[in-house]
Amino acid sequence: MDSTDPNATPIVELRNIEKHFGSVIALAGVTVSVYPGECHCLLGDNGAGKSTFIKTMSGVHAPTSGEILVDGKPTRFANARSAIETGIATVYQDLAMIPLMSVTRNFWMGREPLRGTWPFRFFDVEKAGEITMQEMARMGINLREPSQAVGTLSGGERQTVAIARAVYFGARVLILDEPTSALGVRQTSNVLATIDRVRKSGIGVVFITHNVRHAMAVGDRFTVLNRGKTLGTASRGEVDVNELQDMMAGGQDMADLEGSLGGTV
Amino acid sequence: MSETATPDDERVREMSTFRRWLIRPELGSICGTILVFMFFISVASDSGMFSGRGVMNWTVVSAQFAIIAVGACLLMIAGEFDLSVGSMIGFSGVIIALMSVTWGYPMWIAIITAFVVALAIGWLNGYLVIKTGLPSFIVTLAFLYILRGLTIFLSISTTNKTIIGGVREKAEGDWLGNLFGGKIFKGLFTWMGENGWIETFERGNRAGQPVIEGIPMLIVWAIVLIVFAHVLLTRTRFGNWIYAAGGDAQAARYSGVPVNRVKILMFMFTAFCATVFATCQVMEFGSAAADRGLLKEFEAIISVVIGGALLTGGYGSVVGAALGALIFGVVQQGLFFANVESSLFRVFLGGILLLAVILNTYIRRLITGER
Repeated sequence: MDSTDPNATPIVELRNIEKHFGSVIALAGVTVSVYPGECHCLLGDNGAGKSTFIKTMSGVHAPTSGEILVDGKPTRFANARSAIETGIATVYQDLAMIPLMSVTRNFWMGREPLRGTWPFRFFDVEKAGEITMQEMARMGINLREPSQAVGTLSGGERQTVAIARAVYFGARVLILDEPTSALGVRQTSNVLATIDRVRKSGIGVVFITHNVRHAMAVGDRFTVLNRGKTLGTASRGEVDVNELQDMMAGGQDMADLEGSLGGTV
Repeated sequence: MSETATPDDERVREMSTFRRWLIRPELGSICGTILVFMFFISVASDSGMFSGRGVMNWTVVSAQFAIIAVGACLLMIAGEFDLSVGSMIGFSGVIIALMSVTWGYPMWIAIITAFVVALAIGWLNGYLVIKTGLPSFIVTLAFLYILRGLTIFLSISTTNKTIIGGVREKAEGDWLGNLFGGKIFKGLFTWMGENGWIETFERGNRAGQPVIEGIPMLIVWAIVLIVFAHVLLTRTRFGNWIYAAGGDAQAARYSGVPVNRVKILMFMFTAFCATVFATCQVMEFGSAAADRGLLKEFEAIISVVIGGALLTGGYGSVVGAALGALIFGVVQQGLFFANVESSLFRVFLGGILLLAVILNTYIRRLITGER
């Protein structure tokens, strides 16, 4: 699938999103689109508005102004749940999993499979465990048992559980909030491999990071967020690591770089 | 894809059976129960502690602890505390006595009113905790005082007394009253007595009747609540939400778990358990007193902690809490049978609480791999 095909409709498109909190302008015009099967990297330094952007895209915050289009149609998300229902799943950096609960209980949290009729409608633990083991094996993690606590998994494996969960529950767009920022080298490459696998299944991935190298490893398109604004989107091969780095920092070379991006906006 | 998938990965190794058992929340309370029984069987076996009447004695006390511990357990797993349980017990009891004895309503109306008021207060507790974002510790501490004060005020201002008697007479033949104050299997016990399988009175006007005439409804309530809460917690969707709400409220919210609703419902369930306790007690004593239930909130919390629940929420077991209540009841009554100075009970309590919390913290590290 060609992610930059001008005729394709993005799964989700955000146009000129602004978000104000009282007198604080957190987002001042953000434009991002996600096509099926692409990994769109959103780069930004601390305080650039990444968190606010994620929360807007995932329905937690309503934008102050701007448009959200799902499959080309203008949409408003009433809450996080309605965003999830339209297929936008978010994997938060450190809030993805509850360490004291088992992998199965985490995997199904909020969407537990049921069995029986009311009032004897029970959580189908066996089925839940079976599917969890299966989905985790598909992502390359062999669990000891479905009741294994998430706390015993490494950070990368936890991210993978969260990604597997989102994919299993029919995510069409997967927002990953700094999935690699707290991980070691090997775990990072595992997560990046997972992202690649997810993308190939036709899901649009929004990969939020401040690590340009991680972005370059899997990204198809790159958007830099600086001071609540996006400065444009570049496709793979149009920018290099140093350019992205400078743009994130918003340094002296900004003016020149804007020129180099201009053609792709 | 990588080494995580290979069978010799260190994370896939078999867990030893010992370790597997160690991370079960009930472990501490199972060991504790065995130790406590071994101790009293060796120390107090000839004191009548394990005769029919003795068993009934500590079973009733344990059942009392269990009823409030079940509520406190689910609430603690959901990540909150309720320190107003004891005051709630006094408050509900006085409502029942005032309504039925002083104002002459039928017993069942009095009991239902007490439950409705208790559930409303439980809801308010939860609502305030959720809306203010304050620790439930503080909010319910306020209610500990508010309810206790109101209880004393209500009973003094209407009857000029802090003890309202005459409840048993009013409850006579009342269907709902019997659900809390009655006994079941009376026929079975009479029959067993007639066959000489259980102890019967040898003299007096009850000669020939069994010493234990039936199972008090208090025990039935305890068992029903334990089973209900255990199934709810481990086998239902809502149970998963309770764990999730206490484990990490924010993560649970992001997954679509209605955390606020879960927490408020758990506050209401705790108040419900307190009122079950109060109603059984009022029926048993035939009176309500404004000082009933003093310190019960802590006894409930201690039972739950002995049962392996973490004070921080997200982890625990109803079966553990019930065993915690059993340990509690057996020791409290056992010291009496063993003729030990009863003040030592509190020393034991403090000691076992400390031990349980230390053990739980250690187990938590085992589960989460924290250092």
